[in-house]
Amino acid sequence: MSVRLYQEPAHRLHGMLVKKEIKAVELTEDVLKRLEETEDSLKAYLTVTADNALQAARETDEKIARGEDIPFLAGIPGGIKDNICTQGIKTTCASQILANFVPPYDATVMTKLKNQSPVLLGKLNMDEFAMGGSTENSSFQITHNPWDLDAVPGGSSGGSAAAIAGGSAVWALGSDTGGSIRQPASFCGVVGLKPTYGRVSRYGLVAYASSLDQIGPVTRDVTDAAHILNVIAGHDAMDSTSAAADVPDFTAALTENVKGLKVGVPQEYFGEGLAPEVEAAVRAAIETYRQMGATIKEISLPHTKYAIAAYYLIAPAEAATNLQRYDGVSYGARVDGADLVDMMTKTRTEKFGAEVKRRIIIGNYALSAGYYDAYYLKAMKVRTLVQRDYTEAFQTVDVIMTPTAPTTAFKIGALTSDPLQMYLQDVCTVPLNLAGLPGISLPCGFSKEGMPIGLQIIGRALDEATVLRAAYAYEQSQDFHNRLPEIGGNAK
Amino acid sequence: MKYEAVIGLEIHCELKTKTKIFCGCATEFGAAQNTHVCPVCLGMPGVLPTINRRVVEFGIKAGLATNCAINQYSKFDRKNYYYPDLPKNWQTSQYDLPIAEHGWVDIEVEGEKKRIRLTRIHMEEDAGKLVHSGTTIKDSTSSNVDYNRTGVPLLEIVSEPDMRSAAEARAYMEKIKAIMEYIDVSSCRMEEGNLRADINVSLRPVGSEELGTRTEMKNINSFKSLEEAINYEIERQTEVLEDGGHIIQETRTFDPVRGVTLSMRSKENAHDYRYMPEPDLPPIVTAPETIEKYRRELPELPDARRERLEKECGLSAYDAGVITASRAMAEYFDKVTATGAEAKLAANWIMSDLAKNLNAEGITIEKSPVGAERLGQMILLIMKNTISGKIAKTVFQEMWTNPASPEQIVNDKGLVQITDTGAIEKIVDEVIANNPKAVADFQGGNKKAIGALVGQVMKASKGKANPQMVNKLIAEKLG
Repeated sequence: MSVRLYQEPAHRLHGMLVKKEIKAVELTEDVLKRLEETEDSLKAYLTVTADNALQAARETDEKIARGEDIPFLAGIPGGIKDNICTQGIKTTCASQILANFVPPYDATVMTKLKNQSPVLLGKLNMDEFAMGGSTENSSFQITHNPWDLDAVPGGSSGGSAAAIAGGSAVWALGSDTGGSIRQPASFCGVVGLKPTYGRVSRYGLVAYASSLDQIGPVTRDVTDAAHILNVIAGHDAMDSTSAAADVPDFTAALTENVKGLKVGVPQEYFGEGLAPEVEAAVRAAIETYRQMGATIKEISLPHTKYAIAAYYLIAPAEAATNLQRYDGVSYGARVDGADLVDMMTKTRTEKFGAEVKRRIIIGNYALSAGYYDAYYLKAMKVRTLVQRDYTEAFQTVDVIMTPTAPTTAFKIGALTSDPLQMYLQDVCTVPLNLAGLPGISLPCGFSKEGMPIGLQIIGRALDEATVLRAAYAYEQSQDFHNRLPEIGGNAK
Repeated sequence: MKYEAVIGLEIHCELKTKTKIFCGCATEFGAAQNTHVCPVCLGMPGVLPTINRRVVEFGIKAGLATNCAINQYSKFDRKNYYYPDLPKNWQTSQYDLPIAEHGWVDIEVEGEKKRIRLTRIHMEEDAGKLVHSGTTIKDSTSSNVDYNRTGVPLLEIVSEPDMRSAAEARAYMEKIKAIMEYIDVSSCRMEEGNLRADINVSLRPVGSEELGTRTEMKNINSFKSLEEAINYEIERQTEVLEDGGHIIQETRTFDPVRGVTLSMRSKENAHDYRYMPEPDLPPIVTAPETIEKYRRELPELPDARRERLEKECGLSAYDAGVITASRAMAEYFDKVTATGAEAKLAANWIMSDLAKNLNAEGITIEKSPVGAERLGQMILLIMKNTISGKIAKTVFQEMWTNPASPEQIVNDKGLVQITDTGAIEKIVDEVIANNPKAVADFQGGNKKAIGALVGQVMKASKGKANPQMVNKLIAEKLG
C-alpha cells in the first residue's frame, strides 16, 4: 500500500508543495476522497465545503506556479469545529437552535487562518454547544472513533479528532473548556493543544463558558501544532480577555533536547479510577523522559479533587447566561407560541438538547438568590486554590505530566445514562482550564484492544514553547503518532 | 396618625459618547430603525464586548462631581432577565463593585438646605426599544424591536432614601441634571429619554426610624411627572394606611395623562437577576493618578458657580440658583456680563423676557436668536440711559426676529430715550394742564397721584421720555 497524501502531516505537505512535488488540488482531492471513504463510518463533518476547498487549492497552485512564496497552511486541507463562526458558512454548534445559523462575520481565528489561504473542508461535529466528552450530545449525528467504530471519539471536539485520526482532514481547530481538545486527541491518538487562556482570541468562538473556553489545534503531530499555534495566537482588540503578550515562533522550540527539564508528576492524577493500562503507558512515557535527561519529581496538587465540582458549577453558570441569547427573537430557530413568553419557552424547550438543558438548570440554580455564595462563589474560591497549587508547583518544575484521560475511549452509549460518570472523565483535564494554563495531549501508547492512550503535558501560563519542546522530544523518540487506524475495513 | 414620605431615586443618565459602550456603533438619537447595530450589540453568537474607555472616564467624573469615592478596582456583572429589547437576555451592568460609591449633593427647597446622599453610581448598557404595531402593547398583534439604543452607555445614579417630599425629589433631580450637564457627560435631554428616574416611595409615621413598604415607579422622564407621581403615591398610600390596609411592595407605572399610578408587577413576580461577574470583560483598574487627572479636568460645578454669582456678582440666592441650574444658562449669563452689562440686570433679563420667549418657542438657550453678546449690548444701552427699561422690552422683541445690533434697532426705530429737558418739559406742561384732577390730588397730599401724571407723559412721549427726569420735573413743577 503506497502512502497516500492524506496520511502526511501538514509540515511535510507544505514542503512538498513548496518543492512542487505535489499540487494543492491533488492533495485536496485526495483528502476529499478520504473524506468520502470514511465519512459514512466516522460522521465527523456537519458541513462539507468541497467546492470552496478545491477553488482555494487552485488559487494556491496558481500562486506557486507564479513563483510566489506561500504561507504554512496554504493549500493544506483542514476542518473547523462547528462552534467557530465562519462568515457565510453555517455554524450550528451541533444544536437544533442554530441549525440554520449563517454568521455574517468571521471569528478572529478564521481571519488569521484566511490570511494563509488554507483549504477549508468544512465544519466538524461536536457535543452540542461543546457540552460533553463524547460527541454523543451532537443533535445531528454521532461521530465514531476511527480506532473502533463502536467507541466514542471523545469530546467535545470529537469531529476534529476523528477527522485527523481518520485522515479526512490534515489539521483542525477545536475548542477546549474542560478538556474538549485534549481528551478527544487522547481517545483518537492525535495531538491536541489547549493554549493558555487568552493566547488565542475567542472572538467568534460561540461561548460555552467564557472564562474557560480556548481555541486550539488538533493535528497529526507536535510540529503541526506549533505551526498552527503560530498562525492563530496573538492579542486581539476584539477580545478583552486576550493576552497582550508577545508571540514567539513556537516552531523554534521544537528541539529534542529535554536535558535538565524538570518534570513534575502529581500523585493526585494517578489515583482511583485510572485504568492500569493508561497508568502504565503514562509512567513509561515519564520514564522515557528520565532516560532523555529530564529530572522527574513527585509533586502534589492538593486541590485537584475539588476541581471537577468547581468546574461543574462555574461552567454551567457561565453557560446558563451565555445561552440566554437563544430565544427565537432575532436569529436561530423559533417555535411559534401563543405569546412572547410561550414562544421563547417553546423554542428553548424544543431546540436545546438534554445535556444543554441540564447545564442551564445547574447554572441558574448556582446563580440564584440565596445559593450564589454556597455554590458559585465557593466554586470561584476553589478555582483560586487550584490555580495556587499550580503556581506553587511551577516554582520547582518546568512542566507537569499526567494522563489526559483516566481511560481509553469508551463505547458509544456506555456513559450516556450516567452524567456524573461522564463528568468524571474530565478529571485530568479540567484543572488546567480553571487555572488557565496550556496543556497538550499526545499519543503515548495503545491498550491491549488497540485503543490510543494520551499523555498530558501542562506548562506555565504563556509557556506553550516549553510544553511543545517536551512533547516534540518524546514524539521523536516514539512512533505512536505514525500509526494509522484501519477504519472498519473502509481504509483503502 | 401623621405620615412622613421617604423617597429615593434611581436616575438613569445616558452618556454623550460618540460610540456605544461595548462596540463601535454610533449612539446618535433618531436614526432609522436598526441602522446603528453590529453583531456585538445584537448579541450574536461568539461576539465579545470591549469597553469604551470614555464611559469609564465619564463614570469617574460623575462620581467625583457628586463627592463619591471612586473604586480603583471595579467590574462589570451580568444582570439576567428575558426581554426582547435585550438581545443577550442579560444587561451588562455593575453589581457589587460599582465605579463610584458614597457620595452626596446639596439641595435647597424654600430656602432650606439639605444634603442628599448617593449610594452609588454604576455604568451599564441601555436596552433597545419595542415598536408596537398598535398604539399600546395591549392592543398590538405584533411588535418589532429597534436595537439602535441597545448598548448606549448609561450611568445609574442611586440615592439614599433621603428625600421627604416631591419638591425635594425634584430639587435633587434638578441638581443631578445640572451636575451632569456641567461636567459634560450627558445631554440630559429628558424628552429624548436621556435622563429618567425610577422613584421609590414609602410612608412611615412621623418620628419612626423604620422604613415602610415601598412602591417603585419606573421611567419618569419629566420633572412635572416626577412631582405628580410622588404626590399621587403619597396620597394613595396615606389613604391605604388610614383605612387600615397594607402597602404592597410592587412596581407601578405613572400615567401622565390621568396623573395616577397603576400597579404593574408585584414583588412575587419580581425578577431574580442571578447576577454574576462578566467573564468577557476584565476588571476596570484605575490608577490614582488617572482619577486625579479627571478631578483636575472637572469644570466649576453648580454649587461653586452659584456661590460665585452671589458673592462676586451680588445676585440673590434665588437668582443665582436659577441661573446656575443649567450650565448653558450660566455660561450665557457669564457672556452677557462679559460685555460689561450689570449682573442683576443680566439675570433679570435672562430669567424674564428671554426665558419667556424660549419657553414660548420651545427652544433651548443655546439656540436663542438673541445671543448673549447682543443681550449684553442691549443692557449697556439701558445702563447708558439710551433707552429705558420699558423701551428695552420692545427692542428685545425686535431683536428676536431681527439680527441687527440693538443700537441699530434703536436708531432705525427712533427709540432713543428723550433726555432733552426742554422737550420733556413741554410734554409735562401739557399733561399738567390736561389733568387737573390728578394735579389736585397730588397737591392735596396724595403723592401716589404722580404716577398717573408720569404715565400720561410717558404715553405722550411714546415711552421715550426718561422716566426719572419726568418724575423729577413733575415734582418740581407741582412742589
